[in-house]
Amino acid sequence: MAVRAQFENSNEVGVFARLTNSYAIVAVGASENFYSVFESELQDVIPICHATIAGTRIVGRLTVGNRKGLLVPTTTTDQELQHLRNTLPDSVKIQRIEERLSALGNVICCNDHVAIVHPDLERETEEIIADVLGVEVFRQTVADNVLTGSYMSLSNQGGIVHPKTSIRDQDELSSLLQVPLVAGSVNRGSPVVGAGMVVNDWLAVTGLDTTATELSVIESVFRLGEMAPGGAGQGPNKESIVESFY
Amino acid sequence: MSMDLDAPVPMSGLQDAPVAATILCCNCGAPIDGTTSAGALCQDCLKLNVDVSQGIQREATLHCCRDCERWLQPPNSWVVASPESKELLAVCLRRLRGLSKVRIIDASFIWTEPHSRRVKVKITIQQEAFQGTIIQQTFEVEYVVASQQCDDCKKSYTHNTWRAAVQVRQKVPHKRTFLYLEQLILKNGAHKDTVNIKEAPNGLDFYFAARNHAEKMVDFLASVVPCKAKKSQELISMDIHTSTKSFKFTFSVEIIPICKDDLVALPIKLARQSGNISPLTLCHRVGNSINLLDPSTLQTTDIPTDVYWRNPFKNLADVSELREFIVMDIEPTGVSHGKFNLAEATVARASDLGSNDITYFTRTHLGGILHVGDSVLGYHLSGTMYNDDNYEAIEASSQYSSTIPDVILVKKFYARKRKPKNRAWRLRRMAREHEEEALAGAVQQKSRKQEQEANRVEEDFEAFLRDIEEDQELRHTLDLYKARKEAKANDAMDEDEDNESEDETPQINMDELLDDFDELNMGGE
Repeated sequence: MAVRAQFENSNEVGVFARLTNSYAIVAVGASENFYSVFESELQDVIPICHATIAGTRIVGRLTVGNRKGLLVPTTTTDQELQHLRNTLPDSVKIQRIEERLSALGNVICCNDHVAIVHPDLERETEEIIADVLGVEVFRQTVADNVLTGSYMSLSNQGGIVHPKTSIRDQDELSSLLQVPLVAGSVNRGSPVVGAGMVVNDWLAVTGLDTTATELSVIESVFRLGEMAPGGAGQGPNKESIVESFY
Repeated sequence: MSMDLDAPVPMSGLQDAPVAATILCCNCGAPIDGTTSAGALCQDCLKLNVDVSQGIQREATLHCCRDCERWLQPPNSWVVASPESKELLAVCLRRLRGLSKVRIIDASFIWTEPHSRRVKVKITIQQEAFQGTIIQQTFEVEYVVASQQCDDCKKSYTHNTWRAAVQVRQKVPHKRTFLYLEQLILKNGAHKDTVNIKEAPNGLDFYFAARNHAEKMVDFLASVVPCKAKKSQELISMDIHTSTKSFKFTFSVEIIPICKDDLVALPIKLARQSGNISPLTLCHRVGNSINLLDPSTLQTTDIPTDVYWRNPFKNLADVSELREFIVMDIEPTGVSHGKFNLAEATVARASDLGSNDITYFTRTHLGGILHVGDSVLGYHLSGTMYNDDNYEAIEASSQYSSTIPDVILVKKFYARKRKPKNRAWRLRRMAREHEEEALAGAVQQKSRKQEQEANRVEEDFEAFLRDIEEDQELRHTLDLYKARKEAKANDAMDEDEDNESEDETPQINMDELLDDFDELNMGGE
């Protein structure tokens, strides 16, 4: 299921939220409207955490995570880290990493199995990503952009990349990730698909400006709709899938 | 591409063959190639959604001066531009705010009725709409033409706005020098900066808006005529706080009152200093100094302006005192100097023919052009009483008294009608304000004095035209124009009768004439 939302007049929901299959992190805003969008979809399914990172609200851009873990930048305060540890399930490993490219959400894009990272990322960080998130790490670019986390949005079902990505690049990435990829845009033509939306295996939240065409592309590639074959989060097998995430 | 009005067209991807679609247009869902498209929009959606001319005005005001039809180029310059000219287009485009941020591809006028006081311009611009996508768009801008009087016209309609004046004077009874000066000024465009030109007794007044314009005029005059200039200034206002002052400047330019063909008696001392020339001389040319010729020896000298004004002298006789003589006998002596050939001639007064047999023997510089039986103009010294100190000094001098001839021949005389109508050439005239015009307005009938005055001006002008015909050297310094065709056709009938009598008169070669100046009409009229 894909829904549209807006964080305080900004369409870049991927900046202010981080969504994985086992938890969600939402920035602390002036109003609860944005939070309530997540709440209405995810309540009783996965924990939703109100958090700040290094005192800022751009939690989606500073953190990266999947079902197994969460990475936060070195600027995160102890208090914030403690709050995350308290809120998130115990199975999720949380690790603070010292990395020069501190906006981890911009430089890393991952699902539960694979991560595509910025080519200049430190070797140690790469190892930590592999350990904490339990993924295979590839250094790659998306349509000649090094910010893989900004220009790519990924789930276990599929992925969406920068609209200017050529078919050849898409094929190459898709063979690395072992999921279908499609080029597309969000928020009425914005190419920053990573920052414009958040997605997990059964839910996508996009900016309010996203057009019906864009939404239908998103639903089909992430297999979110009812018509999607074996659509996750729908039908009788919903419970079992949800339980498997815990 | 420029055919579809008001529609942005993406420049890229038009000529390419269709490539496999990679994305769907975010607006309409049409499959497009994402690598070449603008953003994630298809071309149709781009046309609908993007307006690169957004920040550009669609309406503006142009200011035009009604009197001189010049256009205001902000902040304060006025430019001449005819309708639909490229100069006007430049003025129009400069009026638009925001146009500097885009690339202008094309601009053209759309025809509008002049009375509508509207100017429409079609502009084609290019601008980058998304990263790497240039969009071309055509739009129209409508200008309202508002009238605003320019500073120059404001000044011309206000009295006493001149800042500097040049008063040119020559104290001689005729106007030939000024007619010549007028032609020189017209040829050199020296009158361009004048605010006003007025005729005054014995000369002209030129008025200027700035002092340096007047100084330029004075410099011009000093380079073409022998003159001296004197500057005076009048304080108009002064600000004691900033000590800025405004002055009115007047330059008084006096031209040496000696003209071509005048008989001059030099002071003996000056004659001795000027190459020991005989003091009784003819002025044969006036440049920015006066050139004198002794017709009996062909010796020439030239008197610079400063030398003249140290010890000014008057002419002994001018062209109005020339008498007609007939050459009875002429014999060249073989001496020549430039275009002059010395000859010994025997002449008789034309008026004496048939009544007596008095002949005069003289030496003349016209040996090259005079033949027996020709008419020639000259000064008759033996029959004239001159009231001149220098002449008296010559008569009293033991050295020179014996050299005074009876007759000094000046130029060949060509018999022609009093006023020939069929000149193939004409001169451009300057439009000038007669000072007495204001006074004459009240009086309907021309008084006898005014009529006389008008006749004299006409005579002077005719004499000047003849001078031009006879003097090639003079002609080269002037601009002559071809006369209008229809005027010639009208006179074609009586031309036949005149032809015989005017065979010998000097004519001007058509090659020397310039095309008609009617199209390049003068601003003053």
